[in-house]
Amino acid sequence: MGNIWAIAQRELRSYFVSPVAYAVGALFVLISSVLFALILNQAQTASIQPLFANFAVIFLFVVPGLTMRLLAEEQRTGTLELLLTAPVRDYELVFGKFLGVLLLLLILLAITLVYPAVIMLAGNPDRGPIAAAYLGVILQGAAFLAIGLFASSLTQNQIIAFLLAFVILLLLWLADGLSQMTGGRIGDLFRFLSITRHFDDFPRGVIDTRHIVYFVSVIAAALFFTVQSVQARRWR
Amino acid sequence: MITVKNLTKYYGPRAAIRDLNFEVAKGEILGFLGPNGAGKTTTMRILTGYMPPTSGTATVAGYNVFTHSIEARRHVGYLPESVPLYTEMEVADYLRFMAKIRGVPGRNQGARVDYVMQALNLTHVRDRIIGKLSKGYRQRVGIAQALVADPDVLILDEPTIGLDPKQIIETRNLIRGLAGDHTVILSTHILPEVSATCQRVLIINDGEIAAEDTPENLTRRLRGAETLQVEVRGPREAVVGQLRALPHVMDVTVAGGADGTNTYTVACALGHDLREQLAATVVGQGWGLLELRPVRLSLEEIFLEIITEENESADELVEA
Repeated sequence: MGNIWAIAQRELRSYFVSPVAYAVGALFVLISSVLFALILNQAQTASIQPLFANFAVIFLFVVPGLTMRLLAEEQRTGTLELLLTAPVRDYELVFGKFLGVLLLLLILLAITLVYPAVIMLAGNPDRGPIAAAYLGVILQGAAFLAIGLFASSLTQNQIIAFLLAFVILLLLWLADGLSQMTGGRIGDLFRFLSITRHFDDFPRGVIDTRHIVYFVSVIAAALFFTVQSVQARRWR
Repeated sequence: MITVKNLTKYYGPRAAIRDLNFEVAKGEILGFLGPNGAGKTTTMRILTGYMPPTSGTATVAGYNVFTHSIEARRHVGYLPESVPLYTEMEVADYLRFMAKIRGVPGRNQGARVDYVMQALNLTHVRDRIIGKLSKGYRQRVGIAQALVADPDVLILDEPTIGLDPKQIIETRNLIRGLAGDHTVILSTHILPEVSATCQRVLIINDGEIAAEDTPENLTRRLRGAETLQVEVRGPREAVVGQLRALPHVMDVTVAGGADGTNTYTVACALGHDLREQLAATVVGQGWGLLELRPVRLSLEEIFLEIITEENESADELVEA
């Protein structure tokens, strides 16, 4: 646990000394603020649910930007060699990286608490669904991050890591549409994989165990494959 | 402290190292010498637990580096050839991080970081960003991180590359000072470094051990032919003729063309000391014998000799 925390801490701090965290963070706040303003203006109701429905789209661009360097950069500069020869287990390294970027995402999400605060000033929204929506957004964000981390483990090139993560996330995001298009068994599979289908209940205030299991499984699978990918690197 | 048995590593069909066998005693400094691509880095990467061997075993501090990798890694400090560092971090923060993941207990971390910064003369740059430091400083930060957990075994891949002459001497002194408490393996292609720091040399070529000995013994063993250098005042052709006529002499070469004082290099078969006979001959002819000395090959020449013996493409080597 000490190793995981040490790696997570270092990772988080390094985001704040590089321009990446600020650039991606600014992008995140900008897009979500614009969306928030548009939604408020059109709906004219003190409701925040439509904003959360759009978080998947924002994450689609922001998350690969946050995760692309995690392992790719360490491979390019060779610092991975020092981590892999330290008495640190491969899973500790992967968990530490994941925890580091997850903490950054939580910081970014903390900024968005401004939106519900604004709404509460203007009206009296139901707090339950907002809390549930945040749980959903965090689970969804964590799943995206884990997939991004996996993409970053496959290459030394940050741009490739970004694109790879983006494509995987895009497919998961479009899976619902694909399931309607194909139908049948394959359609069922796509529906099962669909991020949106598993997310949509949260902003409605419904916390369904199946959806939580889905996101936790995605996180576990992506982290598992990342550990495998780091281990495979040793055999080359 | 380190035992390597039949160590072999293939990258695809190509063998990077084949059947390496060697041991390093506690407190010893072993030098790895060899051209680029000889397998030095591969061997070091296996010993540090970075990659597993294809076959064979290696143990460090009693732990098999493959089956008990984490335990073995606890005893090793490593400086990779490219000196990878987190360039956005400050020196002291970076060393602290390395101390943490290398398992230094929390209460000792500050003291260990201070100690290695002092040992490597980094204290005055402790708050500087690593990426803004010169190559020499970065190299020292690299050595500092290898030392920070006070490991039993230090594995240093080209530790003095990129340093200025003063820093090279300081670093060599530092490495020599580590012997006794620490077991050190260092690789280099700078030959004076080996004789300056190492107690034993292991020459690797093409994935195999080409020679293993002390720097002194290696020099002796590899002279191949005994070579004498003689400075004689006398007629050039006649001197060459007389020297050639001596038993066991294989070759005589002359620097300088005119009669008078010339330096002759005499190569003779191994195990025959011709100095007395040679002196008697020269003096007997009434020529002036000004100097007579055996020539010892420098490690540099030995290195080339060993490699060229086994490798036909000598030209490639000189370039490397």
